[in-house]
Amino acid sequence: MIRALLLIPAVAAVLSLVIRNALLRRIILVLTAIGHTAMTIAAWHTDPAPLLDGWLMLDKPGLLFLTITSILFLACSLYAFGYLAGEAGKRKQDFEEGVLFTNAPGAVFCACLELFLATMTLVTVSRHIGLLWVAMEATTLASAPLIYFHRHHRSLEATWKYLLICSVGIALALLGNFFMAIAASKPGSEGTAIVVDILIRKGQTLNIPWLKAAFLFFLVGYGTKMGLAPLHTWLPDAHSESPSVISALLSGALLNCAFLGILRSYQICAAAGQSEFCRDLLVLFGLMSIGWATVFILGQTDYKRMLAYSSVEHVGILALGVGIGAGATFGAMLHAVNHSLTKAMLFMAAGNILAVYKTKTTTEVRGVLRVLPVTGVLWIAGFIAITGMPPFGMFVSEFTLLRAMIEQGRIGIAVAFLAMLALIFVGMSVAFLNMAQGKGEKELHLNGKSDSSDKSESVFAVFPPMLLGALTLMLGLYIPTAVNELLHGVASAIGGY
Amino acid sequence: MNNTADIVMIFLVLTNLILLGSSRLIACIRTVAVQGIVLGLLPLLLNGWSLELHLVIFSAAIITLKGIVFPWMLTGTLRDLKTQREVEPFIGYGISIVLGTVILMICMWLGSRLPLSGPATSPLIVPVVFFTIMSGLFLIVSRKKALTQVLGYLVLENGIYAFGVALVDQQPMLVELGILLDVFVAVFVMGIAIFHINREFDHIDTDKLSGLRS
Amino acid sequence: MTIVLRLINPILGLIAAPLLLGIINKTKAGFAGRTGQPLLQSYYDIWKLFHKGAVYSRSTSWIFVAGPLIGLGATVAAATLIPFGALPALVAFNGDFLLLVYLFGLSRFFTVLCALDTGSSFEGMGASREVTFSALSEPALLIGLAAVARHTSSISLSQMFVSTTSDTWLEWGPVSVLVGLALLIVLLAENCRIPVDDPNTHLELTMIHEVMVLDHSGPDFGFILYAAALKMWLLGQILVGVAVPVHSGNPWIDTSASLICMGLLAILVGAIESSMARLKLLHVPQLLVGATTLSILALVLLPR
Repeated sequence: MIRALLLIPAVAAVLSLVIRNALLRRIILVLTAIGHTAMTIAAWHTDPAPLLDGWLMLDKPGLLFLTITSILFLACSLYAFGYLAGEAGKRKQDFEEGVLFTNAPGAVFCACLELFLATMTLVTVSRHIGLLWVAMEATTLASAPLIYFHRHHRSLEATWKYLLICSVGIALALLGNFFMAIAASKPGSEGTAIVVDILIRKGQTLNIPWLKAAFLFFLVGYGTKMGLAPLHTWLPDAHSESPSVISALLSGALLNCAFLGILRSYQICAAAGQSEFCRDLLVLFGLMSIGWATVFILGQTDYKRMLAYSSVEHVGILALGVGIGAGATFGAMLHAVNHSLTKAMLFMAAGNILAVYKTKTTTEVRGVLRVLPVTGVLWIAGFIAITGMPPFGMFVSEFTLLRAMIEQGRIGIAVAFLAMLALIFVGMSVAFLNMAQGKGEKELHLNGKSDSSDKSESVFAVFPPMLLGALTLMLGLYIPTAVNELLHGVASAIGGY
Repeated sequence: MNNTADIVMIFLVLTNLILLGSSRLIACIRTVAVQGIVLGLLPLLLNGWSLELHLVIFSAAIITLKGIVFPWMLTGTLRDLKTQREVEPFIGYGISIVLGTVILMICMWLGSRLPLSGPATSPLIVPVVFFTIMSGLFLIVSRKKALTQVLGYLVLENGIYAFGVALVDQQPMLVELGILLDVFVAVFVMGIAIFHINREFDHIDTDKLSGLRS
Repeated sequence: MTIVLRLINPILGLIAAPLLLGIINKTKAGFAGRTGQPLLQSYYDIWKLFHKGAVYSRSTSWIFVAGPLIGLGATVAAATLIPFGALPALVAFNGDFLLLVYLFGLSRFFTVLCALDTGSSFEGMGASREVTFSALSEPALLIGLAAVARHTSSISLSQMFVSTTSDTWLEWGPVSVLVGLALLIVLLAENCRIPVDDPNTHLELTMIHEVMVLDHSGPDFGFILYAAALKMWLLGQILVGVAVPVHSGNPWIDTSASLICMGLLAILVGAIESSMARLKLLHVPQLLVGATTLSILALVLLPR
């Protein structure tokens, strides 16, 4: 089953490069997504057999992040089906500067998307730290051409930053791998394979200074890919310049996979009794990320960048949750699910708005509720969800976090947390609500475009975000037992409950 | 004191300092190439010149990559770019060397906190590896040209590679594959990116890549 | 007997120092395809100068007269401090290398004072350059000597050089190379050789050391020339002592070995002068900072 999970997207990627018919390529993309999701659901029922001597195995955290990735990819592939029809390989005029540019060919887009899925799947199923590293490196390389889809200089700048910063981060994570190997080995004796299970079993015998150094390098290295401040500088540019469907995948799936890398090393450190040290670091980075995001969300005039900074904030909340420990770990896992669903929905809605209004500035968009009714509702719903208001799922997860913080007596952190969330709410509400309300005709004419065409509210552009929104609404009202069990299982695997 | 390892480490430190103080791009590329060649010989040196097959192949691959392919690629990019041949730093050369020395002393302190046991190790390896990594990061941060950023990344890789080869003797496959994959792919991709950058922007001055702000 | 042995060092230095200049000039001539000056030309020059009369400007004071004398005196005093071959120096005590550096500084100070005393702008310019470059080269010298002191766990020059044997090369080889390089750069800088300063230039705007002594004449100039040659000999002695430690036990063999090495050093300096151009003035501080960094490296990289 693991083989199927990995091979389906890989084969599809090769096929996409070879097939000439654009429609066939898009159909293959959607079929791949459906196949992958089907296999993932099968994995829920029956535990897949481990491969390669336990190097590839699907345990609870892996299953959780795999499910998120799969569902997100399904939604994005449906969205991309409609998106590619109008965008792949076409010559366009840039909104902001009026330069002409081309888009990348559809074959490149589809192949890289499928490769992206394959490498992210590899991240979730690897139990060997080195293999996980290889997979993370591969995701960077698979996603770089996707960011450079609109071939103009701003997206090139974004791609360059992404490549350089993430490569440096990955290189530091490689050093963390080496440190881990040294921590696990005794001089002169047979080396230990750095598989998570083996390392957890040998927890007490690991060399502590090297283990701490390894965790630090993993945190910094994978934290760069995850978007923890101050290593997040590639995030806003990459998210604002790439197509919305790619931003959705990056925010929703890639950040989670990078978090998985950090979680694996946290598991090992916890087995060695160093969880205090790790948790303090996670809390520090978490608070820094939320704080940094708050500063940049207030007064932000580019709505896609605002969503990107919101990703930084939520990634900070993830780190904070695991750093607090106890009940907050469950909250963090639930938050991972909710954030992915909500952020993807918001990015897809943003993509629809961008297609019609042809501007990324919040002050130049008005009346989304009138011009694009369904997207407008999704936009407002997304705003309510992402700022943590009931009845959406984020409220439950953030509340769980808060409760754990107060139970542990860390009132200072709780107050700071609440204050920053409140500021973010204020900052985002100004933008979102203003964009949704109003008449909107003036803004449409301002950018010299005709009235909204039906294409921008096509089924493919609207159904996926609606699906994701419905899922996160359901998680806010009622968490299915199976999901609840899985989340608790993941939390206890990471040392919380 | 294992002489060979120490000599290589001191050589590494000297090349890093030369890079920090170099003002000509060609000199920087050549220094990184020389660094790569010496480090490519490191696995053979550390095992007392024992010519096991996989060691020889690995060394040969690394030397070809780091000593021949990358400099050739980078010099080719430099020729195509028709830009100035100077490095253009944010932080001046003299100050860079002084800062480099300060960083070296900090790394020696850090190295003393991470003790290593084992026969074939020398106390210089951990500090010098940290120093190489920090010089690589310093080069990335303090130089304007995209080409020097790639060179800084290569220096970073050299440091990590030196560490891997010198210390992780139990899992050579992990080290070898990791390093080869990392350097090979990243530099090729970066090389392509630089080419695109030059085409779009007519320069490789990343200081001017500031269209996306805040 | 030992006193006689110890006297060999300074006397040898006093006699042989100008020969170094001759060897350097011969090497440069050889590189350029000329026959060049005779080896003993510096001796002839000093002899000639002693037989000339001195001309003193009306605007100078007693410093102008005293300066060359004090400079020579300081350099001769420094000659008594440095061991040669395996023989200890005439005067040795703990911390004598600091006195050595300060004696060099004293002679430099008075040279600079004399230059300023003349009131000429050329000399003032040379003085300011000289002082800047010396400020940068002194750390290199001191820290290099500190590294050697650390090897040998002693702070007297005689001790240091006596303890430096061929085993030292095997053990601390790279460190010796680093210190040797740093000392070589200091030698080139302090003795106004290319790449720091061109001794043959006749353009005052490009001179550093030459211009400071432009106004001296007669015996004074002879003293200055002789002191400069002696300074080069002394710095060369330190370099050879660190780089080529030959201790066979027989004082004759050690001394002749060291003499041969001094000659080789002179040829090396001549070769460097012939194959390099002078550095841009702005790059000289970088070179000296590089020398300091090499010394710091040698100090820091010693295993605990």
